[in-house]
Amino acid sequence: MTDANPPVLALEALETRVRIGRASFPAVDGVSLELGQGESLAIVGESGCGKSMLALSVMGLLDPQVARIVSGRILFDGTDIAHLPQHRLRTLRGRDISMIFQEPMSSLNPVLTIGRQVAEVVRQHEGLSPRAARERAVEMLSLVQIPDPRSRAAAYPHQLSGGMRQRVLIAIALACSPRVLLADEPTTALDVTVQAQILELIMSLQQRLGMALVLITHDLGVVAETVSRVVVMYAGRKVEEASTTDLFARPAHPYTQGLLGSLPSRARSEGLRRLRAIRGVVPPLTAPRQGCLFASRCPHAVDGCREEAPALGRVGPGHTVACWRAGELGDGP
Amino acid sequence: MRNPPRAFRTETQASAGKPAGVVAATLSRLWRNPTACFGGTLLALLAASAVLAPLLAQHDPLALVPAERLRAPSHEHLFGTDMLGRDLYARVLHGGRLSLTVGILTAVICSLVGLAIGLVAGFSRLADALIMRVMDGIMAIPGILLAIALATIVGGGVSTIVLAIAVPEVPVVVRVVRGVVLTLREQTYVEAARSLGTRPGRILLRHILPNSLAPLIVQATYICGLAILIEAYLSFLGAGIPPEFPSWGNIMAEGRGFVLIAEWIILIPGAFVAATVLSLNLLGDALRDMLDPRTRRAL
Amino acid sequence: MATIPVMGVVAIIVFGLIHISPTDPAAVIAGDYATPAHVEEIRQQLQLDRPIHEQFLTWVGHVLSGDLGDSIFSERPVLQLILARLEPTVSLALMTILVAVVIAVPIGVVAAWQARTVLDRALMLLATLGISVPAFWIGYLLIFSVALDLGWLPVQGYASLSEGLWPFLSHLILPSITLGTAYAALIARITRASMLEVMGQDYIRTARAKGLPMRKVLIGHALRAAAIPIVTVIGLGFALLIGGVVITESVFAIPGIGRLTVDSIQRKDIPVIQGVLLVFSAVYVVVNLLVDLLYTLLDPRIRYAG
Repeated sequence: MTDANPPVLALEALETRVRIGRASFPAVDGVSLELGQGESLAIVGESGCGKSMLALSVMGLLDPQVARIVSGRILFDGTDIAHLPQHRLRTLRGRDISMIFQEPMSSLNPVLTIGRQVAEVVRQHEGLSPRAARERAVEMLSLVQIPDPRSRAAAYPHQLSGGMRQRVLIAIALACSPRVLLADEPTTALDVTVQAQILELIMSLQQRLGMALVLITHDLGVVAETVSRVVVMYAGRKVEEASTTDLFARPAHPYTQGLLGSLPSRARSEGLRRLRAIRGVVPPLTAPRQGCLFASRCPHAVDGCREEAPALGRVGPGHTVACWRAGELGDGP
Repeated sequence: MRNPPRAFRTETQASAGKPAGVVAATLSRLWRNPTACFGGTLLALLAASAVLAPLLAQHDPLALVPAERLRAPSHEHLFGTDMLGRDLYARVLHGGRLSLTVGILTAVICSLVGLAIGLVAGFSRLADALIMRVMDGIMAIPGILLAIALATIVGGGVSTIVLAIAVPEVPVVVRVVRGVVLTLREQTYVEAARSLGTRPGRILLRHILPNSLAPLIVQATYICGLAILIEAYLSFLGAGIPPEFPSWGNIMAEGRGFVLIAEWIILIPGAFVAATVLSLNLLGDALRDMLDPRTRRAL
Repeated sequence: MATIPVMGVVAIIVFGLIHISPTDPAAVIAGDYATPAHVEEIRQQLQLDRPIHEQFLTWVGHVLSGDLGDSIFSERPVLQLILARLEPTVSLALMTILVAVVIAVPIGVVAAWQARTVLDRALMLLATLGISVPAFWIGYLLIFSVALDLGWLPVQGYASLSEGLWPFLSHLILPSITLGTAYAALIARITRASMLEVMGQDYIRTARAKGLPMRKVLIGHALRAAAIPIVTVIGLGFALLIGGVVITESVFAIPGIGRLTVDSIQRKDIPVIQGVLLVFSAVYVVVNLLVDLLYTLLDPRIRYAG
């Protein structure tokens, strides 16, 4: 990040712990990243790797009885918001930083109209009159390409399909032109045909509004066409970060390589006849954390890997990876 | 007959096989829950005081001592005396026996009858329609009123009171049991058992009954408390236990005319009713939370 | 609609009450001191010598045309007796519902918001206590402390609205607290339970992500969505009110339908008891119908199915 383009959002060694019974376990384990104005970033990893917790931590939406930010900083425009009191965080949420979630079917209040739910954000943050807010709601609905937005605004969520509902949720998130949008698996729960449409919508809106975007997904296929940089997470830690092209061309971490190897399209393009699966399973949250957490599944692990956790090191311009053997391995098994 | 494979067993089903183990596990979990502990201890104390009434009360609950009428609570008479000079402490403790008996009897009868009807309703679609209409009809008449009417018309006596209280409560039990039966019938493992030719009787025994037991016990606890409350109401109105046998309700009924000068006659038995019903409700709540599969998994 | 068979069953039950008595119904109605001739006269009068289904149909016919029979005690038409005492009971009931809902719903919301804290446990303990205590006990307690010791409110009786607003209200305050305690406790419990259920839903997370203050999330979103079970209980709990009205009017000497019922019980005035049961049941059924209607207003999914 150059000084000319200071990051709008930066995480510094963020650690979020989850309480289970009497003990606590790190769901986000010392993750750092930077997001510049108008940049698009994907956070990729399997379920349970902590990517959703990371987003919730940024938004301040953690359930205090279950999870807390324990250490590290979250810098929004240079200010640390990690421990801001709720009433201050509320002014940021929905206005400067917005989030859309994975389950569009259940994320809208069934007893309120669509228009009302969109207008609400605007009224809350910009103090518009009910009429002006309603107008803005209709504008937003048409921005997300909902046909016949004015009459749709009077409809209720159960009258809309999943794809439509997700569009509404996007409209809600973008209504106040936030600087950062966190999109947590926005297409996972949708039909395949609709997924592409929604992604396209998000990307085009991101460019139009100049927002910074964090796209959280477990699907590398989604990443290729959309974002400019990728962060790979595993078991709560960042294991690789690179531009999209670099990640796909020269994946440095064995986990990333495994993920790519399991992509049907990629396998086909490499002329492979079978998908390569990564053997083993993601370690549970409660497992002891010593050494490289991927070691038990890594085809290249050596004894040293299990003893000490590798730090992030550069393997190329804008390309870091946390692997002891990164230099030696080249780009693929 | 083979048990359904482990994969198909629900939690209750798996543990239903060892009743002693379930009871022990339940008790230990109850112990850890503060409200259950409080309710259980309170109930135990009250039940003990009722059972040990003859030992604890120095005076005869039925002895009339007109010279000592309407004395306030004192060292000699812990709860004071009533308008006929009878020791209230003794009467309240003995009354507890009657009230608790009514409660338990009602709970047991309601559970058994409700279980039987609920099972029939769950298994036979034809009977179900008829039964549920009748149950709805019973539930449409406010419970206390129905109890009052029944008690008035059929006459007094403990057995009628129990009946009068039980009738309005049976529909609730029927609903619960029927619900369990209907849900379980949809479960794959029951279908599997039936397709393997298991007789309905066995399905009943091994699958339906164990799973109905838990919600039934919860309901029974609530019904016991409700019965004690309704007995108090009925006796207070003169439609309950005849005055020869002291019950919390009729002690209070007798005290009505003297409320301005001897308020303890109403206030003390009422406190006992409140405490007993409270402890039963707390226990019922704790049991229900424990047996709710959602909270169970969150252990 | 299901109401008709339900009312049918109610009618059968109410009608059947006389006949399940082990003693001869005519004797019961005639009273303890009647001569055999008198009993026979009553039997003829009430057509108790006819086959039972005929009796039932005649009875139903009478009821539907507004004739609920005559009181044994006062020999006036039951319906007239009931109507004369309608106002105090209705005033009491309405006041009680108002007070109960206004107090109980906020308590439930707060308890849900502060779930599992000391405040929540204390509030819910209070609520459980509310449904465990006999209403008349609360009544006497209140009379004792507030009316007698402190003298702030009248001890007993009823004042119609025409006598002034304060007399009307002051006479109803203690009775409505007495009557409404169990009702309010139920409402508070279900409000908390329903709110908790709703607050775990995804759309509440969306509401928070919008940056809305807790107040708006709780009331504008959670309570709106949680309303249906709460309204259901308000309707179902009405049965408690009906039952409790009997006791409360007795304790506070309010000349309403409840008093009528109590007096009739003591006098074994069966036609009146039957009439009261019918009326109360009908009211209860109507209330629940209204609640059903309210559902369609509250839940758009019911209103616009699909």
